[in-house]
Amino acid sequence: MNKNFILYAAILIFGLVAPFLFPAFKVQLSILCVLIVLATTWNIQGGEMGYNSFGNILFYGLGMYLCASVQVGMFFPLAEWTESGGEKTFVHTPTQFFQGMAVGLVVAALVPTIVAGLIGYSILGLRGHYFAICTLGLGVAAGEISGGIEIIGAGQGFTTPPFPNVGSLEAMGIETMKYKIIGWMISAFFCGLAGGIMGGLVGYIDSTDVAFDGREMGVFMVLMAILGGKGTLWGPIIGATIFHIFKEGFWTFFLGWQYVALGVLIVVIVIYFPEGIMGWLREKYPERFGEVVDEKDRKAQVELK
Amino acid sequence: MDFLVFQYPMITLQACLDGILLGVLFALIAYGMALQWGVMNIINIAQGDLVILGGYIAYFMYLYGIHPAWGVIVAPVIMYFVGIAIYKLVINKVVDRDLFISILATFGISILFMQLMNFAFGADVVLANSGYGTTMLFDNNVVLPNSKIFSAFISIVFAICLVIYMKKSKLGRAIRATAQNARAAKILGVDTEKVYAATFGINAALCGVAGALISITFTIHPYMGLPYTIRSFMIVIVAGLGNLPGVAMSGMGLGVFEEFADYILGTEFRIGSVFLLLVLILVYRRFKLSRKREYLK
Repeated sequence: MNKNFILYAAILIFGLVAPFLFPAFKVQLSILCVLIVLATTWNIQGGEMGYNSFGNILFYGLGMYLCASVQVGMFFPLAEWTESGGEKTFVHTPTQFFQGMAVGLVVAALVPTIVAGLIGYSILGLRGHYFAICTLGLGVAAGEISGGIEIIGAGQGFTTPPFPNVGSLEAMGIETMKYKIIGWMISAFFCGLAGGIMGGLVGYIDSTDVAFDGREMGVFMVLMAILGGKGTLWGPIIGATIFHIFKEGFWTFFLGWQYVALGVLIVVIVIYFPEGIMGWLREKYPERFGEVVDEKDRKAQVELK
Repeated sequence: MDFLVFQYPMITLQACLDGILLGVLFALIAYGMALQWGVMNIINIAQGDLVILGGYIAYFMYLYGIHPAWGVIVAPVIMYFVGIAIYKLVINKVVDRDLFISILATFGISILFMQLMNFAFGADVVLANSGYGTTMLFDNNVVLPNSKIFSAFISIVFAICLVIYMKKSKLGRAIRATAQNARAAKILGVDTEKVYAATFGINAALCGVAGALISITFTIHPYMGLPYTIRSFMIVIVAGLGNLPGVAMSGMGLGVFEEFADYILGTEFRIGSVFLLLVLILVYRRFKLSRKREYLK
């Protein structure tokens, strides 16, 4: 416990100091943090509860639009802002900017949480692949619909200032639905927050290319969590870090081929590496993970191989 | 919002006919999806991208001066081998695994195809002009392009041929046996590996036909694949696996729904309404099933 506390404190301090230590990587580090949040929250219901969602992008996009709309709408008429397409007609003073950002982020986190709570009961009753496809549909529908709404820019865009096995628990008589919905709402909370922050970082919101970007960010979340090892605490964090470094390298040197690489990467990871890095480590060093391994058992297994 | 569509019977009729002709095409794609879902227990997210690839084959024939209708013959042949190649490279490694793994792997293939098509063919919306003209019905009040009638006719022909093939041929029987019980089929001497490859090939070929027809009747674009996947998924879950009349009916129903959504909500919400319908159907199905489960208890 004590050791963990020091570790978390060290991470927190690093997070606070890093922007001043490495000013050149400020944006990259912020994006990395957002990616880690997304991967970890995906892991809550994707990895630990076994609900593989493609739809967390819904909350992310919702948060992004809400944060930006609130930030603008608090001080200026929203419709005219979108109309001007980010021209410098309206300028936030620094106080206004941070006030707007603060309120915007609160809204961006709370509204997706409420939405998740409202739709949770209907959606989480679906099983396995039906859940996956349903959430995929939700994400794309949100993107298509927001792309048709005038006030947030329609087509032209908007500029911005441990539940390892559900089945057996249910058999034991535990009411799982409540916990599933809570897990789903927690994901939504952080996804909305991450979306709100990312909107400010990117500076421009497009309905299907930035906010409800199921093709890119929606898959990234899943991929990062699986790469690191789903159902583990550190897996998504490691996965997100490696993925971000790889992605930035690839995006810079092979511009244009990034999606081809992404497609190949998904296929390769899913087929050859479905347990992820943590899963691989766990298989190699089971003692470190608190699993008691009988020496005889292990030898017997080696002989079997 | 525009409810004129209900006030003028001719517009209603137009929307219904358009929807049915479109729905036949959806049903053809959905039939391929039901086939491989039933046989291999795989949900192929790249289904729509195979359709679009088939469409580009017909489009290229059109560019080189061959009438795009011949694409109906050429596209399935090429797509059959594309399907076999995808099976050998990726699908045979995910067949026996969790369904989510297959969804994710085919999602990867889908992204890969989308981008490769974008590089190869450009990001423009294109169509292959068949020059078939139009048919006027009911005192010129209802306008039907002949290409739509042609594509619905060809889809029905292909569906009937496939049904007969599945009933009569040796491979068809092997495919049906594998769908019923893969292990038993294997024990009785069916080479399931070969059956799987053929099933995926046939599915890709069906997508090729549908794609060629779509490039003649509508438009194609590298990123338009996912809606076709979702449509066929929706048709299959409404109709159920191995229910061909059901697939045909729900395909046409979806087509009509889309045309009306297009008239009432506007074209920009068309794809969005398809995806929302999917969510609604799944949620409805979940409550229906849970009531059944309680009843059984």
